[in-house]
Amino acid sequence: MGIFGITSKLIKSIAYPSEMVPSIEEDDGHHHFDAVTEHEGAKLGMWLFLATELLLFGGLFAAYAIYRAKYPEMFMQGSKSLDVVLGSVNTVILIFSSLTVAIAVKAIQENRIKLVKIMLWVTIICAAIFAVNKYFEYTYKFGKGIFPGTDIFYSIYFAATGVHMLHVFIGMAVLGVLLRKVYKGKYSKDNYTAIEIGGLYWHLVDLIWIYLFPLLYLVG
Amino acid sequence: MSEEQEKNYLDNGEGFRSWFFTVDHKRIGVMYLWAIGVFFIVAAIASFLLRAEHLTPGPTIVNADTYNVLFTLHGSMMVFLFIVPGVAASFGNFLIPLMIGAKDVIFPKLNLYSFWLYLAGALIFMLALAAPADTGWTFYTPYSIETGANVILITFGVFVLGFSSILTGINFIVTMHKLRAPGMTWDRLPLFCWAAYATSLLQVLATPVVGITLLLLIGERYFGLGFFDPAKGGDPVMFQHFFWFYSHPAVYIMILPAMGIVSEIMPVFARKPIFGYKAIAYASLAIALISFLVWGHHMFVSGQSKLVNIIFSVITYAVAVPTAIKVFNWLWTLYKGSIELSTAMLYSLAFIFLFTIGGLTGLFLGALAADVHLHDTYFVVAHMHYVMIGGTVFGFFAALHFWYPKMWGRMFDEFKAKIAFVLIFIGFNVAFFPQFIMGTLGMPRRYFNYAPEFQSLHVVSTYGTWIIGIGFILMLWNLMRPLPGKAPANPYNSLSLEWSMDSPPGTFNFDDIPTVTEPVYNYGTKIEEGA
Amino acid sequence: MDNHASYKSLINIWLFLIFLTVVTVGAAQIDFGALNVLIAIFIASIKAGVVAYHFMHLKHEDGLTWIYASYPIFLLFLLISFTLTDMFSRVIN
Repeated sequence: MGIFGITSKLIKSIAYPSEMVPSIEEDDGHHHFDAVTEHEGAKLGMWLFLATELLLFGGLFAAYAIYRAKYPEMFMQGSKSLDVVLGSVNTVILIFSSLTVAIAVKAIQENRIKLVKIMLWVTIICAAIFAVNKYFEYTYKFGKGIFPGTDIFYSIYFAATGVHMLHVFIGMAVLGVLLRKVYKGKYSKDNYTAIEIGGLYWHLVDLIWIYLFPLLYLVG
Repeated sequence: MSEEQEKNYLDNGEGFRSWFFTVDHKRIGVMYLWAIGVFFIVAAIASFLLRAEHLTPGPTIVNADTYNVLFTLHGSMMVFLFIVPGVAASFGNFLIPLMIGAKDVIFPKLNLYSFWLYLAGALIFMLALAAPADTGWTFYTPYSIETGANVILITFGVFVLGFSSILTGINFIVTMHKLRAPGMTWDRLPLFCWAAYATSLLQVLATPVVGITLLLLIGERYFGLGFFDPAKGGDPVMFQHFFWFYSHPAVYIMILPAMGIVSEIMPVFARKPIFGYKAIAYASLAIALISFLVWGHHMFVSGQSKLVNIIFSVITYAVAVPTAIKVFNWLWTLYKGSIELSTAMLYSLAFIFLFTIGGLTGLFLGALAADVHLHDTYFVVAHMHYVMIGGTVFGFFAALHFWYPKMWGRMFDEFKAKIAFVLIFIGFNVAFFPQFIMGTLGMPRRYFNYAPEFQSLHVVSTYGTWIIGIGFILMLWNLMRPLPGKAPANPYNSLSLEWSMDSPPGTFNFDDIPTVTEPVYNYGTKIEEGA
Repeated sequence: MDNHASYKSLINIWLFLIFLTVVTVGAAQIDFGALNVLIAIFIASIKAGVVAYHFMHLKHEDGLTWIYASYPIFLLFLLISFTLTDMFSRVIN
């Protein structure tokens, strides 16, 4: 369970509000609200949640801006010490996983369940590869005696990529839950809200990385 | 289904599980009410101890370290466990679906999770009391990095509470966009809902910033990150920037719902349409937007640059404009009204009076030059309490009395409630007005000790808190003992939707979703039955 | 709508994103001085915009969603600009 279980539950409760209130559904046809409202509401709710996520990272971007302006030399040096190749590979992987999620959403709207399964699997595998790369990056840094707190640049590097990494894991958990439910046959072209908003969450993980990559790896 | 068969929401299911696992917004609202009530009382007890300590200079009942812990406990519990989630989550949950004509909020289960997260956050917060923090509720660095107290646990608790408040905010915003009954257009939406919308906006957009700030503070203590540590090239003032980027909007999270409550009560007991409906509604949104621009006025003496000080000071005046618009509109609503001084109305009138004092003294503090003199003195303490108690808590008490029949299906004794009101009102002014004077004379806040010449004012202030305490106990005692007999559906001849159903409402609020055909505050413009 | 065409357009968008990634890595190898950061942020913003507009279906969403998608960016801008202004207008004694 833990934080991942909680998060996927939260996403599920945004995606299927009426499923959660069976008593109202059964109440001689008194529907809480209709499917369109449910779908529109879920998307709006997710966008609001993404807004909060963006501002959560906002603090880190602000810290980056301030300290980069204050210590340009330190950021140059720090940035040079990061592995651009590994960073670029991870960027391509993450952008690719964004594509596969987008295809999965498109596919479920057309009831192509098999394609949905493949695409979600690919997405999760991409996320895993991203995580493994990050693991090697971190351990390499630790091996060289570089830790969070070594200097402000590395503090930002570890804090930003660490919080991002946490979101990758949460995204993986969410996609995993969705995938399992696809296997159970829960989703179809008439019922794909969860996949769509789960996909939105995954795109956000990609969006954040799109900024983190050049800011950390490329400005040296 | 017939009227007799349908159970009201209070009777529909008994026992712990029927409450703790409910998705009924009304029950969740009531649970929030109980929870915040408990924390309010605990935090209030801490404040009584603080005031008692100041009866004499030097140690009176506690030592200096305990004093630091007590004011941290009082401040952080009041802010994070009572006043930020308080009115919005309790009355917001209970009222919003009823007022907009919906059967529930749009994400009922998410609503329940928000409540659980609130409890989890509160629990973590309580665990931190094993090594209680002595940082004040603001957790300023670098002290919060250095102190031996359990800052990590308490800030993590606040983080979880913030998560809860974000989810509640999302829920309310989407609910108000998607679930309004037919005909419930934006210009017919009750003003409490407008206020709740603005509050939710702030909860959703400001809270994540304090979330990351507190995470970084935890990282600072745990990994030695150094963002806020000057020894590592960090900047402690940056912590204050980030902190107040949330915590200034949070001030409006605290006050906006109370403004909404007053806007609901005024027209009912003045029997007049609210004056300037649109102005009040848009003022709520304007407050929500401008409040993001003024955070730096908390940092005039923190080493912030002069230029930025001046900019923030100027913008701070702007936020007073929508607030003043509201106050004038309430006054105009009263003008030539047929005013009934019910308990709820008394609290609302007191709200206007006290909030105006609180707001105007806020302008003194927003003025750069005056703030340098008054910063971190009792003047700030008094200002803040005039806004937070005189404003929010009085609004909260007004709501407790006003919606009491709807919430519990019973009536209360108005006479005793009014006596309690008088005691609380007098006690409040006795307790906090002297603090304006003390502050101007230079009594610093958060000090355990004080110079002997302040003693008489301190003693008066302490006596004031005792009067509040007596009034509060009377109020609570009175509310706990409802009058016999069932409350009528609409005891005040109110026109808004929540009074159109039984008291207390049935589990699903409306048998059929109503269609709204006229503005909410049409008082005195049509013949009222029984008035 | 031709389904295969729309899958194809998703892939085209992806290729465009990859192209931009190559451009940004390439641009970073050339020293433009202070411009490097601006170029990096500019390209990243194009990429982010493309992801939001196409992959996240912002093109199909209503004005409200656009507001909630863009308002946090404005707030972030506020936070950064005020703190930076403070940092650089302080008088160090």
